Amino acid sequence: MTGERVTDVPVVSLAGVDKDFALPGGATMTALTGIDLDLRRGEFVSLIGPSGCGKSTLLRLIGDLTQPSAGVVTVNGKPAPQARLDRDYGMVFQAPVLFDWRTVEENVRLPLELTGQERTARDARVAEMLELVELPDFARHYPYQLSGGMQQRVAIARALTFSPAILLMDEPFGALDEMTRERMNSEVLRIWEQTGITVVFVTHSIPEAVFLSSRVVVMSARPGRITRIVEVDLPRPRGVETRESRRYFEMVTQVREALRSGEGSGTSDDSLASIERAEAEGLTG
Amino acid sequence: MKRAFAILRHNAPAIIVLVGGIALWEAVIRGLAIRAFILPAPSSIARALGENWTTGYQILPAAQATLQEAGGGLIAGALLGLAVAFAVARYPSARDIVLPVGIAVNAIPIVAFAPLANQWFGSQSVYSKMAISAALVFFPIMINVLRGLTSVNASSLELMRSYAGSEMAVLTKVRIPNALPFFLTGLKIGTTLSLIGAVVGEYFGGLNVALGRVVVESASTLSFEVTWAAIAVVSAVGIVMYLAVLAAERVLIPWHPSVRGERVA
Ligand SMILES: Nc1ncnc2c1ncn2[C@@H]1O[C@H](COP(=O)(O)OP(=O)(O)OP(=O)(O)O)[C@@H](O)[C@H]1O
Ligand SMILES: [Mg+2]
Repeated sequence: MTGERVTDVPVVSLAGVDKDFALPGGATMTALTGIDLDLRRGEFVSLIGPSGCGKSTLLRLIGDLTQPSAGVVTVNGKPAPQARLDRDYGMVFQAPVLFDWRTVEENVRLPLELTGQERTARDARVAEMLELVELPDFARHYPYQLSGGMQQRVAIARALTFSPAILLMDEPFGALDEMTRERMNSEVLRIWEQTGITVVFVTHSIPEAVFLSSRVVVMSARPGRITRIVEVDLPRPRGVETRESRRYFEMVTQVREALRSGEGSGTSDDSLASIERAEAEGLTG
Repeated sequence: MKRAFAILRHNAPAIIVLVGGIALWEAVIRGLAIRAFILPAPSSIARALGENWTTGYQILPAAQATLQEAGGGLIAGALLGLAVAFAVARYPSARDIVLPVGIAVNAIPIVAFAPLANQWFGSQSVYSKMAISAALVFFPIMINVLRGLTSVNASSLELMRSYAGSEMAVLTKVRIPNALPFFLTGLKIGTTLSLIGAVVGEYFGGLNVALGRVVVESASTLSFEVTWAAIAVVSAVGIVMYLAVLAAERVLIPWHPSVRGERVA
């Protein structure tokens, strides 16, 4: 709808998805309920919401790292487990999850080893990816020799090496300082623009979500659900001027208000969300 | 040259303590006129070592024989420990059987079986000594490797799952590299144990030329300088084996905190 390079075929689709966790003692905990979400190809979508509202769980459902209790998850036109086996997505976890015993280039190479790529093509690809995240000089370093932000960039390079159609990122820059974070944001946008990949991006930062996204999915907790989806119509390419534009601040405010109303403290202008909330409270309370 | 100097400086405190200790030992023996059967002076131990190096008690060939037994036992015990650890890691149901049995067996003082091992494999045979060594080495290797294979980060496994990595890929790319430092730790413990196994096995009979025999026979003829010389050589062999594992660590796991920490001068 925002007119960015998107098609109408959803690349990720969640329909009526619930996720319950069994708790010790026989009780169950509803992490997500009634999730309906369609992502268009080439979109950059952020998930934002209070801690514990199920953002990571939602990402893990898309990645088939956990299975829904109800509903259907479709990725790249197939059931999520099949998409995982076809390696349709790359995941960047909140922690970098690098293997200590592998150098930077060996870590980036890991997915290519698993897909059984031929060696010379593989090495060229790894070099290209390290170029992309601006770490070519650190190819032979071990993870312990890198800063946290550099490690995270290695993790991003690794997720991108085998050119997945979808990139799932779980608070990748949560631990970075503001300046590094802004630089990383620009890098991720550049990669997104260069590769035409679909990105699902979990964050706690409203400015980050607005700056990066085509759409911001606002969630609320207990039980986790989607309360609002904010279309971000800021022009692209986005840069320093974007962060200083009026429209940007308006969007930030809009997302902040959506978040606050989702908390249930203020009056909600989203009647659907409050109805859902009332229903959910009736069910669990 | 610069590097050699750095190593020297790094090890200077240890060298000073060692040399000083020996000098003090010599001074005390001479000053208090302590007799050799209680504790001989380092100088007389060194003389005994020189006189019996290739003749007399033949300490050099004896050391070679003992090293062969300990080395063979170490390799056999390590291979066995690795095999059991991999099997148990692969079939978790086996863990409930193997671990309690392993712990119970480990509580048995295996050196007590030395006379029996001589009975089983022939007292002149090197294999009886290797068997005792291997039995001692097996447990620490097995337990360490098993811990290394199983104590893998959940997030690493999840990463492999996200790449649809096969169970084989998880084994070769996550579990085995994760277990390597644990294996080397087991091996370091194993070097000492393998020597204990070999020497104690020799106490109960065996090749005439072996360090354990030198210890027993020199002590029975009251040549305590030779006994001490043999003990010093056993220690030296143990240190060399240990250093060999340390060198292997530097090559095999340069990323590990235990190795990279050593480079801080
Ligand atoms: N394996 C699990 N077993 C039981 N409960 C779980 C499990 N994983 C997540 N949960 C619960 O599900 C809820 C959502 O967790 P999730 O990690 O998705 O939150 P989140 O939105 O990512 O939070 P944060 O912003 O803090 O990362 C939490 O209440 C959590 O306790
Ligand atoms: Mg999370």
